Amino acid sequence: METTLINNSFASNPAVNASSAVHSTPYTFPKEHDLATLPIKMEVKDLSIYYNKFKAVEGISLAFPANQITAIIGPSGCGKSTLLRSLNRMTELIPRAHVEGSVFLDGENLYAPGTDVVELRRRIGMVFQRPNPFPMSIYDNIAYGPRLYGVKKRGTLDEIVETSLKQAALWDEVKDKLNDSGMALSGGQQQRLCIARALAVEPDVVLMDEPAASLDPIATLKIEELMQRIKANYTIIIVTHNMQQAARVSSFTAFMMMNEQRAGTLVEFGETTSLFTNPKHKQTEDYVTGRFG
Amino acid sequence: MQNVVAHQRKKLPIFARIESITKHGDRVWTGLNIGMSLVVVLLMLLVGILLWQDSASSRQAFGFSFLSPFTEAAWNPVENNFAAWPFIYGTFITSLVALIIAVPLSIGIAIFLSELCPPWLRTPLNLLVELLSAIPSVVYGLWGIFVFLPLVITPLGQFLGSTLGSVPLLGSLFSGPISASGSSRLAAGVILAIMILPTIAAVTRDVLLAIPSSQREASLALGATRWETISRVLLPYGISGILGAVILGLGRALGETMAVTMVIGNSIGASASLLKPGYTMSSVIANEFAEAVSPMHSQALIEVALILFLMTLILNIIARLLIWSVARKSTSAVRV
Amino acid sequence: MTEMNAVVPSVATKVSHIQSHKGFRRRKAVNWVMLALTGLITLLAVVPLFWIIGYVVAKGGQYINLDFFTQLPRPSGIPGGGVLHAIEGTLLLTFFAALIAIPIGLFAAFYAAYHPNTLLGTLLRFGTDVLSGIPSIVVGIFVYALVVKPSGHYSLLSGSIAMAMIMLPTIIRTTEEMIKLVPVNLREGALALGAPEWKTALQVTLPAALSGILTGFLLSLARATGETAPLLFTALGNDRFNLSRMISSGVSAGQSIFAIIGNILEQPVDSLPLTLYKYSQDPNIDRINQSWAVAFVLVILVLTINIVARVWVEARAARLRQ
Ligand SMILES: Nc1ncnc2c1ncn2[C@@H]1O[C@H](COP(=O)(O)OP(=O)(O)OP(=O)(O)O)[C@@H](O)[C@H]1O
Ligand SMILES: [Mg+2]
Repeated sequence: METTLINNSFASNPAVNASSAVHSTPYTFPKEHDLATLPIKMEVKDLSIYYNKFKAVEGISLAFPANQITAIIGPSGCGKSTLLRSLNRMTELIPRAHVEGSVFLDGENLYAPGTDVVELRRRIGMVFQRPNPFPMSIYDNIAYGPRLYGVKKRGTLDEIVETSLKQAALWDEVKDKLNDSGMALSGGQQQRLCIARALAVEPDVVLMDEPAASLDPIATLKIEELMQRIKANYTIIIVTHNMQQAARVSSFTAFMMMNEQRAGTLVEFGETTSLFTNPKHKQTEDYVTGRFG
Repeated sequence: MQNVVAHQRKKLPIFARIESITKHGDRVWTGLNIGMSLVVVLLMLLVGILLWQDSASSRQAFGFSFLSPFTEAAWNPVENNFAAWPFIYGTFITSLVALIIAVPLSIGIAIFLSELCPPWLRTPLNLLVELLSAIPSVVYGLWGIFVFLPLVITPLGQFLGSTLGSVPLLGSLFSGPISASGSSRLAAGVILAIMILPTIAAVTRDVLLAIPSSQREASLALGATRWETISRVLLPYGISGILGAVILGLGRALGETMAVTMVIGNSIGASASLLKPGYTMSSVIANEFAEAVSPMHSQALIEVALILFLMTLILNIIARLLIWSVARKSTSAVRV
Repeated sequence: MTEMNAVVPSVATKVSHIQSHKGFRRRKAVNWVMLALTGLITLLAVVPLFWIIGYVVAKGGQYINLDFFTQLPRPSGIPGGGVLHAIEGTLLLTFFAALIAIPIGLFAAFYAAYHPNTLLGTLLRFGTDVLSGIPSIVVGIFVYALVVKPSGHYSLLSGSIAMAMIMLPTIIRTTEEMIKLVPVNLREGALALGAPEWKTALQVTLPAALSGILTGFLLSLARATGETAPLLFTALGNDRFNLSRMISSGVSAGQSIFAIIGNILEQPVDSLPLTLYKYSQDPNIDRINQSWAVAFVLVILVLTINIVARVWVEARAARLRQ
């Protein structure tokens, strides 16, 4: 049962794996879930990311199962955000950053020439560490995305706004003040607004970069519940500092660390329970037991 | 006691002075700081007070009719009759032309400089835009008279006159023909546009740069194109700052003197047309003040200066409030 | 881990409202067109700059010669001669303007930087903003009312005061900014050692901020040098201004240096921009050509100062970033 992930066929795209041979980062296949039976939504292959000449992420290969929550954990500065941002090509916004390797969404390489970032970012949404609502009304915040895609009818927009807010567990709190500014909400509400805004464009994948880092425990709990609730419809990838959070919400966990050149590498990837209770690597064990950073 | 006196006597007076000053150094220093700050504040007040005082008899003689568009009596130094409406109109219409041309262009430039320009190109382009505002206004005027007017304004004026000149309402603004030299309100407006462009562009660029990048990321991550991000998120976000930039530019246009004086033709024509020569408030002062024929004439000109001062004062206050409000918004963008 | 799943009901299947390719082409086309447009506009904006500089350099350069810098003007209609009087006038005006504006600006800036929230600090900032917004022609009228009218004549002094008023706001603002940029611990360190406030300001803060402050001076100088409007009713213009004769006759009459300077300050003077303006209105072609030559000198002067100052700032900023 214990095989390397890379040798498993990816259900979504069996053609891909023929080319994948031996890999620099060894990681073991989770026991309980047979990944061969899990459809894979996104796959990262031999990904390295540079800021100017500095290599921030080195040779990462990973697969994200569809409709599951996958957590990325690791000490500060190990390149978690960098990796996450490369998954919807937000890395490109940083002038001197560049990416080597490939990222597949349903078997299509996002970094292949001719790929359209605008279209792919619609399919891969993102929620940021600090809530960043637009300075517009709550309604307009949510309707922003759909309007871009040509949804003009008021009725349809109303429906989208309502479902998105309900999915984000914010509807009951704001349904009477949809025309108030999104900036006037509390931090936790703002973050849920941002999640609702991301869901409103119906992405396949939602990337979350420490979505609860600036929130209090109750707001954090709300966001975690929300993730559980929506994961049936989305593939969620979450970066978190908080190991309890990773343990609580995710089915799979990737643990990253810096190597000697300060480049982030993948140490271990596996099912969350086994990674926390039965880590394969000394470094993972040290980290999850709190003996590190 | 004697010793001390003897000791002091030995010193040259100038050293004694320095010593006594340095002993009270901090008091002198604070005194100078406060004193010089007071000078600046008093200077500002004095501008208002002196202009007010020195236009007293003109203000009393003509009252509100000085400003009114409906005053029959014209600006007539010989008959000692003064009404400033033609100049107010000239200032208004030339500034309006300048804004209509400069605002969209400056916003385009600001967008390019802040959002699109590759980093290596940014510094040289910023420098070029700043240099545009460093060229002395007389040089704009000279270039205007001999190069820009005959080459650009005269043909443009002829074209506008023949196309828009006969349109019902707009026609009176474009009734021609424009003179061969090109001297006209239109010329002044276009030159003003070139001159205020760097001001508006630079402030707008700074306003856009001050918008937190999380706003751009939020929009792009939703699958917006760059232009959609700019037009639907960044411009609305910075709108009050951009308005402030425009008002600063307007303030510059209202007060600009030399270039306008050199290309506007300096005459109080009866025509309101853009294609005809005119006068602005600043150009009439520049032209007539040194040769004012009577005390009332110079008082009337000082009153024009007073109006100009008050207008720019109000505009400046509004502009600063607007720009300041953006600065405040960006720090409180996230309430955690 | 999976308990939560059971507690929270999951939302039913998605209903899609968004067709991914609808209007997609159009959006991308609009994007490209608009972005290209901003680039084009930027290109368009630098056209006048190159046009003006190119024309002034090409045209004005033809009429530049040694006489232009060393000779006094000849009467209109007689070719030749130079604008020595205006060069001297500009130098004198700028010198005295700086002499007036720099101390006021420096002290006021220290006050503004360290007492921003006092009543005087607020008034000062407001006053600086107001002064920077006053049209330069209004400054001219104001100084006329303040100095020329009471004294009864146009003069170098009144012109310098007008130019100082133009320089003052820039000096105060940039100096204040630069003082604020000096790390607080530098200043506090000195104060903690018992150094008096004024010594700390002059020996610690000022040197640390010096290059920035000098840049501010330079830029304000460049701006003031190009100004015409404030001089129209103050320095007025004077094409018989002859500095060397004034000095030599003063010396031979046994006057003290202060008396000579005082005498010079009383004279109306010309400046380069004033000369440019007057010559450009002259029907005589020689005068017009000379006005192009003056434009050449002004443009080169102002651009050099600006480029040097800004490159200097840029270089320093780059060094600080490292
Ligand atoms: N824009 C950038 N330019 C240059 N270097 C960067 C940039 N962003 C991140 N880095 C560097 O890349 C490395 C990885 O950064 P990253 O933000 O991905 O770490 P992280 O794991 O998300 O850390 P944290 O947990 O603190 O958020 C760090 O050494 C960081 O200094
Ligand atoms: Mg991070």
